[in-house]
Amino acid sequence: MENKGLSKVDLIFEEINAKEVLQKAFAMTSEEIIQQVLESGLKGRGGAGFPTGLKWKYTAAEKESEKYIVCNADEGEPGTFKDREILDKVPYKVYGGMAIAGKAMGARKGFIYLRGEYRFLLPQLFIELHKFHKMIKEIGFDFQIEYRMGSGAYICGEESALFESIEGFRGEPRNKPPYPTTSGLFSKPTSINNVETLVTAMMIIKMGGAEYVKLGTKDSRGSKVFSISGDTPIPGIFELELGMSVQEFVNEFGDGDTKAVQVGGASGFCVPRKRFIETIIGFEGVPTGGSMKLFNSSRSMYNVLHNYLEFFTEESCGQCTPCRVGCQQLLKGIEKVKKGEAKSTYLNELIKLADTMKVASKCGLGQSVGNAFRSIVENFREEVIY
Amino acid sequence: MYHTGNLVKELADKHGRQRENLMPILQDIVRKYNYLTDEAMVEVATELDISAAEVYGTASFYTFLDTQERGKNVIRVCKTITCSMKGKNDIIAVLEDILKIKVGETTPDKMFTLVETNCIGWCHKAPAMLINDMPYTDLTPQTVIDVVKGYMSK
Ligand SMILES: Cc1cc2nc3c(=O)[nH]c(=O)nc-3n(C[C@H](O)[C@H](O)[C@H](O)COP(=O)(O)O)c2cc1C
Ligand code: SF4
Ligand code: FES
Repeated sequence: MENKGLSKVDLIFEEINAKEVLQKAFAMTSEEIIQQVLESGLKGRGGAGFPTGLKWKYTAAEKESEKYIVCNADEGEPGTFKDREILDKVPYKVYGGMAIAGKAMGARKGFIYLRGEYRFLLPQLFIELHKFHKMIKEIGFDFQIEYRMGSGAYICGEESALFESIEGFRGEPRNKPPYPTTSGLFSKPTSINNVETLVTAMMIIKMGGAEYVKLGTKDSRGSKVFSISGDTPIPGIFELELGMSVQEFVNEFGDGDTKAVQVGGASGFCVPRKRFIETIIGFEGVPTGGSMKLFNSSRSMYNVLHNYLEFFTEESCGQCTPCRVGCQQLLKGIEKVKKGEAKSTYLNELIKLADTMKVASKCGLGQSVGNAFRSIVENFREEVIY
Repeated sequence: MYHTGNLVKELADKHGRQRENLMPILQDIVRKYNYLTDEAMVEVATELDISAAEVYGTASFYTFLDTQERGKNVIRVCKTITCSMKGKNDIIAVLEDILKIKVGETTPDKMFTLVETNCIGWCHKAPAMLINDMPYTDLTPQTVIDVVKGYMSK
């Protein structure tokens, strides 16, 4: 496996001349823009990691006259806070990425779905948006962006739940297929991307796909903004080249006593100390939307798991049985084992339940509860039992 | 209880009367009156020409669209893992002490409601809370007292 070591990068927060980049993009054809994004190897930064160039290509191929560009700024994954910082520091690059996406796919309208917890950002974001609309009008491109607010529901970060929410309904995920590229917001072809993905796309147009490819590894191209919290002397937001091992990460950010790192938030994986060296942070190892939580030896991994299961139990939309009932049973299950009301072998039954949820749940929430569950129970079995 | 007066009509004029305008309308009512009454939801249903059950069904899905009475200032303390590790319980204890209510309750003068919430995106500055739209981070028992006293004197 490729290992790039740890190196800091400054693409996302770098101040750029947005007008120049947009003029460059608008002088390109749709195919040329998509070709650059494909060449860059960029994968979605919201967690699922779908190749951005392909998503754009599929949406561009749709024959509908009405299409939408949606920016996912719901950022509800525990431990993720980088999209807030991006919107706060460089909103014009988010808008720019959306307009470039619009040009590539033939869409003239964009929506940003911002979580309600970030409403305090809106006044400043509107000022920047006003400037942006003026600028692209000057360049001669017709593209309008509107904000829609969330109201405190993690599940609305799931793309089809997000569409339901914008349309005025309960945020319940839809069946797939059809995929958003054919039938998304208002049943029109839609390209939905994470905040960071859109900014990265703008930087790819600026620097060229071939240049971007030089960063990162074969499976994980480029750099990524990490949200780092927990037991670390330097919590915060850092942009790092992809392809480092968890060990290298811990050397830089740990407090000298790191026993586990939860990569990818509550729906991600727990990496224990004995796997730090061999585990690469990226799509070839542990994927992440950027959430990195460090735990030192003073923390009980039972408490961590319990907290995550409470989170999922509350945030499950309740639409499908494996997830609605499964989350509750996993939570009750570990409580029983802890209290000695069930034997420790009951944990094996619970792991089977988590595996069933992975195959039987309707959306990514229920499907990924098993990630943290399995990786914590398997690696910290004693802590969960005693 | 409150009476919406002309508000619902004004909001429908502003946002529109399509289904997609429902959330912005409900969000604006909550921003003004802190929660949704049955009366307000029925009015919204009438303006948008949909059933009241549809309005309630949508509102009840979203944590921030409260259908129970809420105080003028809603304090939401993050209880997810990092805040939990970094002293969230102490923050709750101080708040319960100065407001003289428990989590989930509203003060008798309807000035404050205290609730817990899931990760609000400030884990690197934990523990954190929101009061209405404003985040407060790196909280200590002392800073919490100062912040809440500020709201009390407003
Ligand atoms: C429960 C759940 C929550 C999600 N929350 C977010 C989120 O807050 N932000 C985000 O960008 N993607 C989130 N996603 C992923 C989106 O469904 C979608 O894959 C993503 O927005 C696509 O953008 P990308 O390809 O640029 O990453 C979530 C998925 C699930 C299943
Ligand atoms: S998996 Fe969970 S969150 Fe997703 S649709 Fe089913 S119940 Fe809802
Ligand atoms: S865990 Fe409290 S803000 Fe993220």
